Amino acid sequence: MRRQRRQRLQVILAMLVLAAIAAGLMLYALRSNINLFFSPMQVVAGEAPMDRPIRAGGLVAKDSVKRDPQSLAVRFAVTDHVESIQVRYRGILPDLFREGQGVVVLGELQPEGWVRADEVLARHDENYMPPEVADALKEAGYAPEDYRDRADQSPPPAGTQPDAGVE
Amino acid sequence: MWAYLHKLASPQGFYALSVRLSPWCWGLALTLMVVGTIWGLGFAPADYQQGNSFRIIYVHVPAALLAQSIYVTMAVAGLVFLVWRIKLADMAATAMAPLGAAMTFLALFSGAVWGVPTWGTWWQWDARLTSMLLLLFLYFGVLALRGALGGRQSAARAASVLTLVGVINIPIIQYSVEWWYTLHQPATFSVTSRPAMPSDMWLPLLVMVLGFYCLFLAVTLTRTRHEILRREASRRWVRALTGEGS
Amino acid sequence: MAFDSWQAFLAMGGHGVYVWSAYGVALLLLSGTVLQVRLERRRVWRRVSRQARRGRQRGMDRGAS
Repeated sequence: MRRQRRQRLQVILAMLVLAAIAAGLMLYALRSNINLFFSPMQVVAGEAPMDRPIRAGGLVAKDSVKRDPQSLAVRFAVTDHVESIQVRYRGILPDLFREGQGVVVLGELQPEGWVRADEVLARHDENYMPPEVADALKEAGYAPEDYRDRADQSPPPAGTQPDAGVE
Repeated sequence: MWAYLHKLASPQGFYALSVRLSPWCWGLALTLMVVGTIWGLGFAPADYQQGNSFRIIYVHVPAALLAQSIYVTMAVAGLVFLVWRIKLADMAATAMAPLGAAMTFLALFSGAVWGVPTWGTWWQWDARLTSMLLLLFLYFGVLALRGALGGRQSAARAASVLTLVGVINIPIIQYSVEWWYTLHQPATFSVTSRPAMPSDMWLPLLVMVLGFYCLFLAVTLTRTRHEILRREASRRWVRALTGEGS
Repeated sequence: MAFDSWQAFLAMGGHGVYVWSAYGVALLLLSGTVLQVRLERRRVWRRVSRQARRGRQRGMDRGAS
Protein backbone atom coordinates (compact mmCIF):
# COMPACT_ATOMS: atom_id res chain seq x y z
CA MET A 1 0.00 0.00 0.00
CA ARG A 2 2.76 2.38 0.95
CA ARG A 3 4.69 1.59 -2.21
CA GLN A 4 1.57 2.13 -4.25
CA ARG A 5 1.20 5.60 -2.83
CA ARG A 6 4.79 6.45 -3.59
CA GLN A 7 4.33 5.21 -7.13
CA ARG A 8 1.24 7.34 -7.62
CA LEU A 9 3.07 10.38 -6.26
CA GLN A 10 5.97 9.72 -8.64
CA VAL A 11 3.68 9.34 -11.63
CA ILE A 12 1.90 12.59 -10.82
CA LEU A 13 5.13 14.49 -10.22
CA ALA A 14 6.58 13.16 -13.46
CA MET A 15 3.44 14.25 -15.28
CA LEU A 16 3.70 17.71 -13.74
CA VAL A 17 7.38 18.07 -14.61
CA LEU A 18 6.71 17.02 -18.21
CA ALA A 19 3.80 19.43 -18.51
CA ALA A 20 5.92 22.22 -17.03
CA ILE A 21 8.75 21.49 -19.47
CA ALA A 22 6.30 21.50 -22.37
CA ALA A 23 4.82 24.80 -21.24
CA GLY A 24 8.29 26.24 -20.67
CA LEU A 25 9.46 25.25 -24.16
CA MET A 26 6.35 26.68 -25.70
CA LEU A 27 6.74 29.97 -23.88
CA TYR A 28 10.42 30.03 -24.82
CA ALA A 29 9.62 29.47 -28.50
CA LEU A 30 6.97 32.16 -28.40
CA ARG A 31 8.92 34.52 -26.17
CA SER A 32 9.05 37.44 -28.55
CA ASN A 33 5.41 37.06 -29.51
CA ILE A 34 4.25 37.15 -25.92
CA ASN A 35 5.65 40.62 -25.43
CA LEU A 36 2.80 43.01 -25.95
CA PHE A 37 5.07 45.62 -27.49
CA PHE A 38 8.50 46.40 -28.91
CA SER A 39 10.77 48.80 -27.07
CA PRO A 40 12.26 51.70 -29.06
CA MET A 41 15.62 49.91 -28.85
CA GLN A 42 14.14 46.87 -30.60
CA VAL A 43 12.43 49.02 -33.22
CA VAL A 44 15.65 50.88 -34.00
CA ALA A 45 17.53 47.57 -34.17
CA GLY A 46 15.08 46.47 -36.87
CA GLU A 47 13.37 43.74 -34.89
CA ALA A 48 9.89 45.09 -35.53
CA PRO A 49 8.18 44.09 -38.80
CA MET A 50 7.23 46.73 -41.36
CA ASP A 51 4.45 44.85 -43.14
CA ARG A 52 2.00 44.49 -40.30
CA PRO A 53 0.80 46.69 -37.43
CA ILE A 54 3.06 46.68 -34.41
CA ARG A 55 2.85 47.83 -30.83
CA ALA A 56 5.63 49.97 -29.50
CA GLY A 57 5.96 50.89 -25.87
CA GLY A 58 8.01 53.15 -23.68
CA LEU A 59 7.82 56.50 -21.97
CA VAL A 60 6.57 59.66 -23.61
CA ALA A 61 9.75 61.73 -23.95
CA LYS A 62 9.88 65.00 -22.02
CA ASP A 63 9.11 68.12 -24.10
CA SER A 64 8.30 66.03 -27.17
CA VAL A 65 4.50 66.36 -27.30
CA LYS A 66 3.39 68.70 -30.07
CA ARG A 67 -0.33 69.17 -30.59
CA ASP A 68 -1.83 70.61 -33.73
CA PRO A 69 -4.05 73.46 -32.50
CA GLN A 70 -6.52 72.97 -35.37
CA SER A 71 -7.16 69.23 -35.04
CA LEU A 72 -6.71 66.25 -32.78
CA ALA A 73 -3.39 65.42 -34.42
CA VAL A 74 -0.48 65.03 -32.06
CA ARG A 75 3.18 64.09 -32.38
CA PHE A 76 5.37 62.78 -29.63
CA ALA A 77 8.43 60.62 -29.08
CA VAL A 78 8.46 57.30 -27.23
CA THR A 79 11.71 56.58 -25.48
CA ASP A 80 13.38 53.94 -23.34
CA HIS A 81 16.16 56.38 -22.35
CA VAL A 82 18.44 54.81 -24.97
CA GLU A 83 16.61 55.17 -28.25
CA SER A 84 13.45 57.00 -29.14
CA ILE A 85 10.97 56.81 -31.98
CA GLN A 86 8.59 59.42 -33.33
CA VAL A 87 4.86 58.76 -33.20
CA ARG A 88 2.09 60.57 -35.06
CA TYR A 89 -1.47 60.09 -33.94
CA ARG A 90 -4.87 61.59 -34.61
CA GLY A 91 -7.54 60.98 -32.01
CA ILE A 92 -8.42 61.13 -28.37
CA LEU A 93 -5.62 60.37 -25.94
CA PRO A 94 -6.25 58.50 -22.66
CA ASP A 95 -6.58 60.58 -19.48
CA LEU A 96 -3.28 59.33 -18.16
CA PHE A 97 -1.36 60.43 -21.26
CA ARG A 98 1.32 62.94 -20.33
CA GLU A 99 5.04 63.44 -20.73
CA GLY A 100 7.00 60.89 -18.77
CA GLN A 101 4.06 58.46 -18.75
CA GLY A 102 4.39 54.89 -19.99
CA VAL A 103 2.41 54.30 -23.21
CA VAL A 104 1.80 51.56 -25.74
CA VAL A 105 1.05 52.72 -29.29
CA LEU A 106 -0.52 50.47 -31.89
CA GLY A 107 0.21 51.34 -35.47
CA GLU A 108 2.32 50.88 -38.57
CA LEU A 109 6.03 51.43 -38.61
CA GLN A 110 6.96 53.64 -41.55
CA PRO A 111 10.12 53.07 -43.62
CA GLU A 112 11.44 56.42 -42.34
CA GLY A 113 11.36 55.06 -38.80
CA TRP A 114 8.31 56.75 -37.32
CA VAL A 115 5.06 55.12 -36.28
CA ARG A 116 1.64 56.09 -37.53
CA ALA A 117 -0.48 55.18 -34.52
CA ASP A 118 -4.10 54.07 -34.68
CA GLU A 119 -4.40 53.66 -30.96
CA VAL A 120 -2.56 55.01 -27.93
CA LEU A 121 -2.85 53.22 -24.59
CA ALA A 122 -1.49 54.48 -21.29
CA ARG A 123 0.51 52.23 -19.03
CA HIS A 124 0.77 52.99 -15.40
CA ASP A 125 3.09 51.81 -12.68
CA GLU A 126 2.28 50.09 -9.42
CA ASN A 127 2.80 53.23 -7.37
CA TYR A 128 -0.33 54.79 -5.99
CA MET A 129 -0.47 57.88 -3.80
CA PRO A 130 -2.76 60.75 -2.91
CA PRO A 131 -2.23 64.00 -4.85
CA GLU A 132 -0.83 65.75 -1.76
CA VAL A 133 1.88 63.15 -1.36
CA ALA A 134 2.79 63.39 -5.05
CA ASP A 135 3.02 67.19 -4.75
CA ALA A 136 5.17 66.93 -1.64
CA LEU A 137 7.49 64.49 -3.41
CA LYS A 138 7.78 66.78 -6.40
CA GLU A 139 8.56 69.74 -4.16
CA ALA A 140 11.30 67.74 -2.48
CA GLY A 141 12.79 67.12 -5.90
CA TYR A 142 11.69 63.52 -6.43
CA ALA A 143 9.59 62.12 -9.23
CA PRO A 144 6.48 60.30 -7.95
CA GLU A 145 7.91 57.17 -9.55
CA ASP A 146 10.74 57.26 -7.01
CA TYR A 147 8.35 56.63 -4.15
CA ARG A 148 8.92 52.92 -3.93
CA ASP A 149 12.66 53.17 -4.61
CA ARG A 150 13.04 55.50 -1.72
CA ALA A 151 10.89 53.22 0.41
CA ASP A 152 12.93 50.05 -0.03
CA GLN A 153 15.51 50.43 -2.77
CA SER A 154 13.85 47.82 -4.98
CA PRO A 155 14.54 48.03 -8.72
CA PRO A 156 12.19 50.13 -10.83
CA PRO A 157 9.34 48.26 -12.53
CA ALA A 158 9.93 46.51 -15.82
CA GLY A 159 9.29 48.52 -18.92
CA THR A 160 10.18 51.88 -17.40
CA GLN A 161 13.84 51.06 -17.48
CA PRO A 162 15.84 50.63 -20.68
CA ASP A 163 17.26 47.17 -20.10
CA ALA A 164 14.13 45.63 -18.60
CA GLY A 165 13.21 42.33 -20.18
CA VAL A 166 16.41 42.25 -22.19
CA GLU A 167 18.67 40.82 -19.56
CA MET B 1 -0.61 15.09 16.03
CA TRP B 2 -1.16 12.31 13.50
CA ALA B 3 -4.20 11.08 15.36
CA TYR B 4 -5.62 14.60 15.31
CA LEU B 5 -4.96 14.95 11.58
CA HIS B 6 -6.56 11.61 10.98
CA LYS B 7 -9.66 12.67 12.82
CA LEU B 8 -9.80 15.86 10.74
CA ALA B 9 -9.42 13.95 7.49
CA SER B 10 -12.40 11.82 8.36
CA PRO B 11 -15.67 13.31 7.13
CA GLN B 12 -17.19 13.09 10.58
CA GLY B 13 -14.32 14.89 12.28
CA PHE B 14 -14.21 17.60 9.65
CA TYR B 15 -17.96 18.03 9.90
CA ALA B 16 -17.72 18.80 13.61
CA LEU B 17 -14.86 21.24 13.04
CA SER B 18 -16.74 22.97 10.24
CA VAL B 19 -19.88 23.40 12.32
CA ARG B 20 -17.82 25.05 15.03
CA LEU B 21 -15.65 27.29 12.82
CA SER B 22 -17.80 28.39 9.90
CA PRO B 23 -20.06 30.90 11.72
CA TRP B 24 -16.96 32.79 12.87
CA CYS B 25 -15.58 32.82 9.34
CA TRP B 26 -18.82 34.11 7.86
CA GLY B 27 -19.07 36.81 10.53
CA LEU B 28 -15.47 37.90 10.13
CA ALA B 29 -15.73 37.91 6.34
CA LEU B 30 -18.84 40.09 6.39
CA THR B 31 -17.38 42.52 8.94
CA LEU B 32 -14.04 42.91 7.18
CA MET B 33 -15.61 43.31 3.76
CA VAL B 34 -18.13 45.92 4.91
CA VAL B 35 -15.42 47.88 6.74
CA GLY B 36 -13.01 47.56 3.81
CA THR B 37 -15.61 48.68 1.26
CA ILE B 38 -16.68 51.74 3.24
CA TRP B 39 -13.07 52.63 3.97
CA GLY B 40 -11.91 52.10 0.42
CA LEU B 41 -14.84 53.80 -1.30
CA GLY B 42 -15.41 56.70 1.05
CA PHE B 43 -12.30 57.41 3.06
CA ALA B 44 -9.17 56.32 1.21
CA PRO B 45 -7.62 59.19 -0.76
CA ALA B 46 -7.88 59.29 -4.56
CA ASP B 47 -4.79 58.53 -6.62
CA TYR B 48 -2.75 61.44 -7.98
CA GLN B 49 -2.96 60.12 -11.54
CA GLN B 50 -6.04 57.95 -11.75
CA GLY B 51 -8.35 59.85 -9.43
CA ASN B 52 -11.25 57.85 -8.07
CA SER B 53 -11.09 54.98 -10.55
CA PHE B 54 -8.21 53.83 -8.33
CA ARG B 55 -10.84 52.64 -5.84
CA ILE B 56 -11.50 49.63 -8.09
CA ILE B 57 -8.27 48.24 -6.62
CA TYR B 58 -10.20 47.29 -3.47
CA VAL B 59 -12.15 44.61 -5.35
CA HIS B 60 -9.70 43.88 -8.16
CA VAL B 61 -6.65 42.89 -6.13
CA PRO B 62 -8.45 40.72 -3.51
CA ALA B 63 -10.38 38.95 -6.27
CA ALA B 64 -7.23 38.26 -8.29
CA LEU B 65 -5.35 37.01 -5.22
CA LEU B 66 -8.20 34.75 -4.23
CA ALA B 67 -8.62 33.41 -7.76
CA GLN B 68 -5.04 32.15 -7.69
CA SER B 69 -5.01 31.02 -4.06
CA ILE B 70 -8.15 28.96 -4.54
CA TYR B 71 -6.65 27.33 -7.61
CA VAL B 72 -3.46 26.39 -5.77
CA THR B 73 -5.48 25.03 -2.84
CA MET B 74 -7.56 22.96 -5.28
CA ALA B 75 -4.39 21.59 -6.84
CA VAL B 76 -2.98 20.58 -3.44
CA ALA B 77 -6.30 18.93 -2.60
CA GLY B 78 -6.21 17.16 -5.96
CA LEU B 79 -2.73 15.82 -5.24
CA VAL B 80 -3.78 14.59 -1.79
CA PHE B 81 -6.82 12.92 -3.31
CA LEU B 82 -4.90 11.24 -6.12
CA VAL B 83 -2.01 10.00 -3.98
CA TRP B 84 -3.56 9.25 -0.60
CA ARG B 85 -7.11 8.67 -1.84
CA ILE B 86 -8.53 10.91 0.87
CA LYS B 87 -12.09 11.61 -0.23
CA LEU B 88 -12.39 14.65 1.98
CA ALA B 89 -9.74 16.42 -0.14
CA ASP B 90 -11.86 15.92 -3.23
CA MET B 91 -14.97 17.15 -1.45
CA ALA B 92 -13.11 20.33 -0.44
CA ALA B 93 -11.87 20.83 -4.01
CA THR B 94 -15.44 20.45 -5.27
CA ALA B 95 -16.66 22.93 -2.70
CA MET B 96 -14.27 25.75 -3.57
CA ALA B 97 -14.25 25.56 -7.40
CA PRO B 98 -17.30 27.78 -8.09
CA LEU B 99 -16.02 30.56 -5.81
CA GLY B 100 -12.67 30.39 -7.61
CA ALA B 101 -14.37 30.80 -10.96
CA ALA B 102 -16.44 33.69 -9.63
CA MET B 103 -13.33 35.44 -8.27
CA THR B 104 -11.46 34.98 -11.56
CA PHE B 105 -14.40 36.49 -13.41
CA LEU B 106 -14.54 39.36 -10.92
CA ALA B 107 -10.81 40.04 -11.34
CA LEU B 108 -11.16 40.08 -15.13
CA PHE B 109 -14.29 42.22 -15.09
CA SER B 110 -13.05 44.78 -12.57
CA GLY B 111 -9.75 44.90 -14.45
CA ALA B 112 -11.50 45.56 -17.75
CA VAL B 113 -13.65 48.27 -16.21
CA TRP B 114 -10.57 49.81 -14.63
CA GLY B 115 -8.68 49.59 -17.90
CA VAL B 116 -11.11 51.81 -19.79
CA PRO B 117 -10.32 55.05 -17.93
CA THR B 118 -6.64 54.29 -17.18
CA TRP B 119 -5.27 52.44 -20.20
CA GLY B 120 -7.82 53.52 -22.76
CA THR B 121 -8.86 49.95 -23.52
CA TRP B 122 -10.77 47.24 -21.71
CA TRP B 123 -8.83 44.34 -23.17
CA GLN B 124 -5.42 43.66 -24.66
CA TRP B 125 -3.93 40.24 -25.37
CA ASP B 126 -1.07 40.88 -23.02
CA ALA B 127 0.49 38.04 -21.05
CA ARG B 128 -1.11 38.86 -17.69
CA LEU B 129 -4.63 39.29 -19.05
CA THR B 130 -4.43 36.25 -21.30
CA SER B 131 -3.08 33.92 -18.61
CA MET B 132 -5.83 35.12 -16.26
CA LEU B 133 -8.42 34.30 -18.94
CA LEU B 134 -6.84 30.86 -19.24
CA LEU B 135 -7.33 30.46 -15.48
CA LEU B 136 -11.04 31.18 -15.92
CA PHE B 137 -11.23 28.50 -18.62
CA LEU B 138 -9.40 26.03 -16.36
CA TYR B 139 -12.02 26.66 -13.67
CA PHE B 140 -14.79 26.15 -16.24
CA GLY B 141 -13.10 22.93 -17.36
CA VAL B 142 -12.95 21.56 -13.82
CA LEU B 143 -16.58 22.52 -13.16
CA ALA B 144 -17.70 21.02 -16.47
CA LEU B 145 -15.86 17.76 -15.81
CA ARG B 146 -17.53 17.40 -12.45
CA GLY B 147 -20.88 18.32 -13.96
CA ALA B 148 -20.65 16.01 -16.96
CA LEU B 149 -19.18 12.91 -15.32
CA GLY B 150 -21.86 12.05 -12.82
CA GLY B 151 -19.90 9.02 -11.62
CA ARG B 152 -18.14 10.33 -8.56
CA GLN B 153 -14.83 8.46 -8.82
CA SER B 154 -14.02 9.18 -12.46
CA ALA B 155 -15.19 12.78 -12.23
CA ALA B 156 -13.05 13.36 -9.17
CA ARG B 157 -9.98 11.84 -10.79
CA ALA B 158 -10.35 13.68 -14.08
CA ALA B 159 -10.97 16.99 -12.32
CA SER B 160 -7.95 16.48 -10.04
CA VAL B 161 -5.65 15.69 -12.97
CA LEU B 162 -6.87 18.73 -14.91
CA THR B 163 -6.42 20.95 -11.86
CA LEU B 164 -2.89 19.67 -11.31
CA VAL B 165 -1.79 20.19 -14.90
CA GLY B 166 -3.32 23.66 -14.92
CA VAL B 167 -1.34 24.72 -11.87
CA ILE B 168 1.55 25.49 -14.24
CA ASN B 169 -0.45 28.54 -15.28
CA ILE B 170 -0.17 30.07 -11.80
CA PRO B 171 3.55 31.01 -11.91
CA ILE B 172 2.94 32.26 -15.45
CA ILE B 173 0.24 34.62 -14.15
CA GLN B 174 2.50 35.67 -11.29
CA TYR B 175 5.60 36.42 -13.31
CA SER B 176 4.03 37.45 -16.62
CA VAL B 177 4.46 41.11 -15.75
CA GLU B 178 8.16 40.59 -15.09
CA TRP B 179 9.05 38.19 -17.89
CA TRP B 180 7.40 40.06 -20.73
CA TYR B 181 6.37 43.54 -21.74
CA THR B 182 2.75 43.82 -20.70
CA LEU B 183 0.20 46.58 -20.45
CA HIS B 184 -0.50 45.47 -16.89
CA GLN B 185 1.77 46.98 -14.24
CA PRO B 186 3.82 44.85 -11.80
CA ALA B 187 2.28 43.42 -8.64
CA THR B 188 0.73 45.72 -6.07
CA PHE B 189 0.71 43.23 -3.27
CA SER B 190 3.86 41.39 -2.49
CA VAL B 191 5.16 39.58 0.55
CA THR B 192 8.78 40.53 0.01
CA SER B 193 8.66 44.29 -0.56
CA ARG B 194 6.99 47.26 1.01
CA PRO B 195 3.68 48.26 -0.64
CA ALA B 196 4.07 51.01 -3.20
CA MET B 197 1.44 53.20 -1.60
CA PRO B 198 0.95 55.04 1.66
CA SER B 199 -0.82 53.31 4.52
CA ASP B 200 -4.12 55.20 4.20
CA MET B 201 -4.49 53.56 0.78
CA TRP B 202 -2.92 50.27 1.71
CA LEU B 203 -4.71 49.46 4.99
CA PRO B 204 -8.20 49.28 3.47
CA LEU B 205 -6.74 46.99 0.81
CA LEU B 206 -5.32 44.74 3.52
CA VAL B 207 -8.71 44.65 5.27
CA MET B 208 -10.42 43.71 1.99
CA VAL B 209 -7.88 41.00 1.22
CA LEU B 210 -8.33 39.48 4.69
CA GLY B 211 -12.11 39.69 4.29
CA PHE B 212 -11.97 37.85 0.96
CA TYR B 213 -9.79 35.13 2.48
CA CYS B 214 -12.24 34.72 5.36
CA LEU B 215 -15.01 34.34 2.81
CA PHE B 216 -12.99 31.68 1.03
CA LEU B 217 -12.60 29.81 4.31
CA ALA B 218 -16.28 30.20 5.18
CA VAL B 219 -17.54 29.05 1.80
CA THR B 220 -15.14 26.10 1.73
CA LEU B 221 -16.00 24.93 5.25
CA THR B 222 -19.73 25.22 4.68
CA ARG B 223 -19.86 23.73 1.20
CA THR B 224 -17.52 20.87 2.12
CA ARG B 225 -19.96 20.08 4.92
CA HIS B 226 -22.80 20.00 2.39
CA GLU B 227 -20.73 17.76 0.15
CA ILE B 228 -20.12 15.39 3.07
CA LEU B 229 -23.84 15.24 3.83
CA ARG B 230 -24.67 14.64 0.20
CA ARG B 231 -22.19 11.83 -0.31
CA GLU B 232 -22.66 10.17 3.05
CA ALA B 233 -26.41 10.69 3.42
CA SER B 234 -26.99 7.01 4.10
CA ARG B 235 -24.38 6.69 6.84
CA ARG B 236 -25.56 6.15 10.36
CA TRP B 237 -23.82 9.21 11.84
CA VAL B 238 -25.40 11.46 9.24
CA ARG B 239 -28.82 9.97 9.88
CA ALA B 240 -28.32 10.55 13.58
CA LEU B 241 -27.85 14.29 12.84
CA THR B 242 -31.43 14.70 11.67
CA GLY B 243 -32.59 14.26 15.23
CA GLU B 244 -30.91 17.56 16.03
CA GLY B 245 -32.46 19.34 13.02
CA SER B 246 -30.51 21.60 10.68
CA MET C 1 -14.04 61.42 4.24
CA ALA C 2 -12.67 61.82 0.72
CA PHE C 3 -15.84 63.43 -0.69
CA ASP C 4 -17.71 66.65 0.09
CA SER C 5 -21.23 65.48 -0.80
CA TRP C 6 -23.28 62.47 -1.78
CA GLN C 7 -23.31 63.70 -5.37
CA ALA C 8 -19.53 63.78 -5.43
CA PHE C 9 -19.45 60.31 -3.90
CA LEU C 10 -21.75 58.91 -6.56
CA ALA C 11 -19.98 60.70 -9.40
CA MET C 12 -16.52 59.48 -8.31
CA GLY C 13 -14.93 62.40 -10.16
CA GLY C 14 -16.44 61.31 -13.47
CA HIS C 15 -15.38 57.70 -13.04
CA GLY C 16 -18.63 56.66 -11.37
CA VAL C 17 -19.66 54.24 -14.12
CA TYR C 18 -16.46 52.26 -13.82
CA VAL C 19 -16.19 52.22 -10.04
CA TRP C 20 -19.84 51.41 -9.41
CA SER C 21 -20.07 48.72 -12.07
CA ALA C 22 -17.00 46.98 -10.60
CA TYR C 23 -18.46 47.12 -7.09
CA GLY C 24 -21.90 46.18 -8.39
CA VAL C 25 -20.66 43.02 -10.07
CA ALA C 26 -18.66 42.18 -6.93
CA LEU C 27 -21.80 42.53 -4.80
CA LEU C 28 -23.79 40.45 -7.29
CA LEU C 29 -21.25 37.62 -7.32
CA LEU C 30 -20.78 37.59 -3.55
CA SER C 31 -24.49 37.65 -2.73
CA GLY C 32 -25.03 35.01 -5.39
CA THR C 33 -22.49 32.83 -3.61
CA VAL C 34 -24.20 33.29 -0.26
CA LEU C 35 -27.62 32.56 -1.78
CA GLN C 36 -26.33 29.43 -3.49
CA VAL C 37 -24.84 28.16 -0.23
CA ARG C 38 -28.14 28.68 1.61
CA LEU C 39 -30.21 26.95 -1.08
CA GLU C 40 -27.74 24.11 -1.14
CA ARG C 41 -28.05 23.70 2.62
CA ARG C 42 -31.84 23.37 2.37
CA ARG C 43 -31.55 20.85 -0.46
CA VAL C 44 -28.94 18.76 1.29
CA TRP C 45 -30.85 18.59 4.56
CA ARG C 46 -34.04 17.59 2.79
CA ARG C 47 -32.13 14.74 1.20
CA VAL C 48 -30.57 13.66 4.48
CA SER C 49 -33.90 13.61 6.31
CA ARG C 50 -35.49 11.66 3.46
CA GLN C 51 -32.74 9.07 3.73
CA ALA C 52 -33.15 8.96 7.49
CA ARG C 53 -36.90 8.40 7.21
CA ARG C 54 -36.35 5.61 4.72
CA GLY C 55 -33.79 4.06 7.03
CA ARG C 56 -36.15 4.18 9.99
CA GLN C 57 -38.97 2.66 7.92
CA ARG C 58 -36.75 -0.17 6.84
CA GLY C 59 -35.83 -0.72 10.46
CA MET C 60 -39.53 -0.84 11.46
CA ASP C 61 -40.38 -3.24 8.63
CA ARG C 62 -37.70 -5.56 9.79
CA GLY C 63 -38.97 -5.31 13.35
CA ALA C 64 -42.55 -6.21 12.27
CA SER C 65 -41.74 -9.28 10.20
